[in-house]
Amino acid sequence: MQRLRVLVAMSGGVDSSVAAAMLVEAGHEVVGATMKLWGGDSDSGCCSVADVDDARRVAQQLGIVHHVFNFGEDFETRVVEPYVAAHAAGRTPNPCVECNRHLKFDRFLHRARRLGFAAVATGHHARVVPDGGRWQLRRGLDGAKDQSYVLSMLGQEQLAQVLLPVGELTKDEVRARAGSLGLRTAAKPDSQDVCFVTATGGRRAFLGERIGLRPGRLVDSATGEDVGGVPAVELVTVGQRRGLGDGPGGERRYALSVDVASARVVVGPVHELETEEVRLTSLGWVDEPVVAGRQVEVQSSAHGRPHPAVFRGDGIRFREPERRVAPGQTVVLYEGDRVLGSGIAA
Amino acid sequence: MPAYLDHAATTPLRPEALEAMLPYLTEHYGNPSGAHGISRAARLAVDEARDTVAECLGCEPGEVVFTAGGTEADNLALSGVRARRGGIVMCTAVEHHAVLHTTEVLGGTVIAVGPDGVVDLDRLGDALHDEVSVLSVMLANNEVGVVEPLDMVASVLRDKAPGAALHTDAVQAFLWLDVAALAAPADLVAVSAHKFGGPKGVGALVVRTGTEVSPIIHGGGQERDRRSGTHNVAGIVGMAAAMRATVAERTAMVERVSVLRDRLADGLAEAVPGTTETVSRDRKVAGSCHLRFQGVESEALLVLLDDAGVCVSAGSACTSGAMEPSHVLTAMGVSRVDALSSLRLSLGATTTDDDVDLALKAVPDAVARLREP
Repeated sequence: MQRLRVLVAMSGGVDSSVAAAMLVEAGHEVVGATMKLWGGDSDSGCCSVADVDDARRVAQQLGIVHHVFNFGEDFETRVVEPYVAAHAAGRTPNPCVECNRHLKFDRFLHRARRLGFAAVATGHHARVVPDGGRWQLRRGLDGAKDQSYVLSMLGQEQLAQVLLPVGELTKDEVRARAGSLGLRTAAKPDSQDVCFVTATGGRRAFLGERIGLRPGRLVDSATGEDVGGVPAVELVTVGQRRGLGDGPGGERRYALSVDVASARVVVGPVHELETEEVRLTSLGWVDEPVVAGRQVEVQSSAHGRPHPAVFRGDGIRFREPERRVAPGQTVVLYEGDRVLGSGIAA
Repeated sequence: MPAYLDHAATTPLRPEALEAMLPYLTEHYGNPSGAHGISRAARLAVDEARDTVAECLGCEPGEVVFTAGGTEADNLALSGVRARRGGIVMCTAVEHHAVLHTTEVLGGTVIAVGPDGVVDLDRLGDALHDEVSVLSVMLANNEVGVVEPLDMVASVLRDKAPGAALHTDAVQAFLWLDVAALAAPADLVAVSAHKFGGPKGVGALVVRTGTEVSPIIHGGGQERDRRSGTHNVAGIVGMAAAMRATVAERTAMVERVSVLRDRLADGLAEAVPGTTETVSRDRKVAGSCHLRFQGVESEALLVLLDDAGVCVSAGSACTSGAMEPSHVLTAMGVSRVDALSSLRLSLGATTTDDDVDLALKAVPDAVARLREP
């Protein structure tokens, strides 16, 4: 094995702790770094002082140097502001995807290169597999914990410099390794949801401070009648059912489309939510661009089920009608467990 | 051997201090507040240390309040006067956070500085009024090293707010300056032992007769009811020993370190294009070398210098260790980007030519690497 200088992004969680430990065990020259991204309230994700402490203590246990990088400003402009703007426009963004795109695999990767590291590593559950001089991005071995969706923006240039050691392990194995190494993060709960949105306040509290949330009206798709209201139109996602009430016959109502400008949400029964086509923007490919007509599987949320579809050049067509994808969501194209690329639902 | 050029953060314990402390970490374990022989030995040590500290700071022994460091001394000065007299707390925008955050918590007023980091006396005069109960102006700045004109500040204060107390944070000054003389116009003076070769966790506040402070730490009434808590005997003894040694050697040390600092600053300015020296050398303490390297992220620079064995700092680190743009540079009108490209190399009594040589090689190398296209 080639001994590499590797900079590990250590969030203070168990996965990146074990990633660092595995690279040390493998004989690489490992340095840890924690990105300080968010300075506000947080209870679910990374970046609290306690998490930085955990990362540093794990680094000490492993006998590696640990640094803290303050990328707060980039996080604000590259992740938080676009997240807020997307909601203000009635779209449903994936901030974790944007964080990976702009922070972990751009800002962090660039800094690592500047500092003379040959590779960066993270604790993501996905695999980078060599393929005759090229690199494939594949799902993590633990299907339930697979995070390839949020890494789907990685291209060849980045994959050549990225190590994802825990992608070869199940989550149970990760915890078992952390336990047997006596790492203090072994039993730490998985991070949930968006790191800068608190569980108590939720998106409502976060967005409410940054944009004026406005009440919206619900319009029945069949009759055009006003059938109720929602407290914040910016928080309604296409496909959402909760908070929209039931129809006169007791049938469940779903959000079919959201128009922030007029503060109207068109609602209707689930079958109206179904569609065959999803148009995609911002397409990007892990390797060679996928050509139109290719059979793929499409996944439109971090832990959603993949559905068979055909790539059509500017979007996909499902083999069977599926639920509409909320505008702004990342749509990832797979072939088996291999990520081909992704786009953003228009 | 790494080149330790972070003496403004902390400086190594002087051998005199260690030697003086050891007996009080071993056989002389008494609590100085007791009434028996074991206690008396400790009491004697604290009393003698107090005499030494008073002499070195130009005050009476009864005016010395031992604290757990500079931050506590600053807190006691501002909160203690405010609790006693009420009124408004005022400080400059370049104070250490121990003063700045305390002022903010007390709802006080922050006074602007000029681009050179020196308090703006006109603005100060305009801002002062009868309601001000304490004004805090540091003697030497911890980041850029600039020395504030305390005598002029005092005369403005006497003129505009004669009832107000003047506090000075002399934490960074003591190693370099004759604090006894320069802080004479101040009613309150804070120092911290580990900045001049004493141990960490001990400091002192001079509270001149006529200035009264309410305690911020309550308990057994030590330090004439101004600061409760069992004395840190070894720490206090170590501080006194370091103070005495510092005062004895200060003039020669300043002369020697100035030469090293000039060689370092000149050498870096010459070797690294786009270098700005933040404060001119005739306005700052001898150990301070604060530079900005255009277009370089100091956070990354620190990592490379750490690898190269050069221990320096940049800006101020927050609780997580992440680098924040310095409030001192911001107050001086330095842009955010420029503030994040700064490097503080701070020399001390133990700095050698070898340290400077290593920095003169490593810093240009590291900057060049970060500037590679």
